[in-house]
Amino acid sequence: MSTLKQLASKFLGHDSVFARRTAGGIQPPPFKEHSLRSRIMSTPIPPQLTIPIGPESSGEITRLVDIADQVLKYQKLAVISFSAKGRSDVPVHAPTSGVITSIENSIVADHSQQQQLCINLTVDGHDEALLLKPHTNHSQLSSADLVALIRDAGVIGMGGAGFPTADKLSAYSVLPIEFLIINAAECEPYISADEALLRERANRVVLGAEILKRACAAQRCIIAIEDTKPDAIAAIKQALLNEASNQQCCELVIVPSKYPAGSEKQLIQCATGIEIATGQHPTEHGIIMHNVGTAYAAYEAIIEGKPCISRFTTLCGQALKTPKNFEVLIGTAVGFLFELCGIEANKKQKSIVGGSLMGSELGNDKAATCKTTNCLIAASSNELQAPKAERACIRCGYCADACPSKLLPQQLFAFSKTLDTTQLLEHGILDCIECGACDYVCPSQLPLVSTYKESKKLIETRRQSLEYSDYWQQRFQFRQYRVKKEKDQALSRKLDAPLQSMQAAERAPKNKNNEADFISKEQASRDIAAAVARVKARRNEKNK
Amino acid sequence: MLPLISHWLTQLVIGASLLLLTASVLGKITRYLTQQLTAQKSLVNRINRALPQTQCGQCGHPGCLPYARSISLGEASNKCPPGGQETILALAELLNEPVRGLDPAHGQFRDFSVAVIREGECIGCTKCIQACPVDAILGGPKLMHTVITSECTGCDLCVEPCPVDCIDMINHLAPAISHTTPPYSDLRSSLGANT
Ligand code: SF4
Ligand code: SF4
Ligand code: SF4
Ligand code: SF4
Repeated sequence: MSTLKQLASKFLGHDSVFARRTAGGIQPPPFKEHSLRSRIMSTPIPPQLTIPIGPESSGEITRLVDIADQVLKYQKLAVISFSAKGRSDVPVHAPTSGVITSIENSIVADHSQQQQLCINLTVDGHDEALLLKPHTNHSQLSSADLVALIRDAGVIGMGGAGFPTADKLSAYSVLPIEFLIINAAECEPYISADEALLRERANRVVLGAEILKRACAAQRCIIAIEDTKPDAIAAIKQALLNEASNQQCCELVIVPSKYPAGSEKQLIQCATGIEIATGQHPTEHGIIMHNVGTAYAAYEAIIEGKPCISRFTTLCGQALKTPKNFEVLIGTAVGFLFELCGIEANKKQKSIVGGSLMGSELGNDKAATCKTTNCLIAASSNELQAPKAERACIRCGYCADACPSKLLPQQLFAFSKTLDTTQLLEHGILDCIECGACDYVCPSQLPLVSTYKESKKLIETRRQSLEYSDYWQQRFQFRQYRVKKEKDQALSRKLDAPLQSMQAAERAPKNKNNEADFISKEQASRDIAAAVARVKARRNEKNK
Repeated sequence: MLPLISHWLTQLVIGASLLLLTASVLGKITRYLTQQLTAQKSLVNRINRALPQTQCGQCGHPGCLPYARSISLGEASNKCPPGGQETILALAELLNEPVRGLDPAHGQFRDFSVAVIREGECIGCTKCIQACPVDAILGGPKLMHTVITSECTGCDLCVEPCPVDCIDMINHLAPAISHTTPPYSDLRSSLGANT
């Protein structure tokens, strides 16, 4: 196969015609053309930044700055450590210079929309920066050095999951990596940030991909992109030609456009033919996948020595006059970005973070963008489907045909309704990638995905409470054991009473000395009497 | 002489076969009994696993395991308030029974909470320590006591015995256990207690 492939790529350029078909999928209208009309724009520096560090529950946060501190652009502000989960630290840097005004929990525009601890920075407008240390000679750095630099730049998965990039890369030290796949599929409607990035800065992305490839010691690097993005494909081909002197750094694989082609397992299958089974990790098959945005961040981290302080975000929706792709400073408020695109407030019905299928509603436009905010939609009412009445499942089976994970969504829905977690697990609910394809095709308007999300939560709480109850049971048994042992010991002491009293007599004088250290008996009984009186008084008062 | 011997031999053969027969029947019976017993035991195990292990005694038994035993012998399974609807559902499924509401005679559902001692008022009577089923309280005679939040099951048993009413049950999002390895696994096996 691979020789065939090499032959094919010889004749057809870097395109691979061997992208495999995957199960299921849908083809919704892409709605990307509006935001792709203009070039990527850097946002002006907003007057206030709310820089998310991370949810306090997820890791241990070390603050490196305090309120009223003056900070410079690129300065490290805080580090969140995931060492409890066996992962490394992720630092957060200042996107511009200014003064720290407060450090508090606020809402962040990402999928989970949890409260995260955020640093509020009042911008001074000077944009004074620390000196950067570029490493233009990245080919002389070892894998470990590259990983360390990427970690220190605070790069995390830009596709949405937000997993620390350095941790993913260091898998090479345990398992040999054959494929590094750069995910440029970007199949979800509305999102066009990756496409815009490739169109305009393909050279840097390819360089970044090469860096990632060296960092994880992968044998091959594949850039996978959907066939509906001709400009981006042309740009990558050009960039690969430029790099060609640098012996075959990356290959291009064009995958048929369908949703969700860009989800991890589906894209791996499409690009390499390898199917990842339930509960398996791609690294077990020697595969690592990174997003285009992550490759770009790696480029910046190494070649420019610049920490991750911005990302590419699509701003779209019919309530915006000029939808666009922005290079957004981390911590910019969503509302500020909407303003830049000329929002028509009366037209906006809903703010959505993420694409139209997997995105979630954003309750508050003050929320700050974070490193995983890939798309923000200001949706007007005619973009949103009017909530139609949900009807009974007619067993049409459309959902099963659409499901990329080969599940039976209608069955999962029925089991979710009866809270039958055993059956849910047996029918593979944990394989559901929450893509929303089933929702999209269901003629009965059933809220399938949101029900699965609830069920997954339920499964997790059940698992947790089993953990707690196991522990409590052990503690209970231990106590019973302890009480019994003490009783036995007391009994045997009684039986040995004569010996005991002799020993006690020997110890007696010492005891007397010790007693002086304690509160005297009279004092204690007086204390107790006073406390009891207090309680009585309180109770009487209550009764009155 | 010969018939006598043959008679004797027959008797011997009959006796031996009888003996064998009884032995095998007895063996079967014991095997059956032990099977029943292990089945019973594993049922108790499964019921016990569905109970929350709060060990609060609201079901009328001194702990979850005794209640599990009693359920396996036919007692109603809807008497455990800390388990919430979850436990009731799980037990109904396990026992193949219709789902019933919580028996109100045994209390009401409520959110998870932990005990907190108002330490300034504690007189060090040690009564709460003796009440706590999971040794979640730390203290000594005439010294201040405190609850180790991460160990507390929220069973409520320490509140009543306190002579000065200095223990409050405070709502807590979820149990705060922060351990990774069960600390007493070796002890458990030495106690022969895997139920
Ligand atoms: S949301 Fe889950 S069940 Fe529905 S199509 Fe996607 S993977 Fe399948
Ligand atoms: S698409 Fe909707 S109606 Fe059809 S089988 Fe699936 S859940 Fe039922
Ligand atoms: S009521 Fe209390 S002791 Fe009884 S089973 Fe439930 S948690 Fe255990
Ligand atoms: S501290 Fe009180 S509420 Fe908590 S487990 Fe012990 S006795 Fe129960």
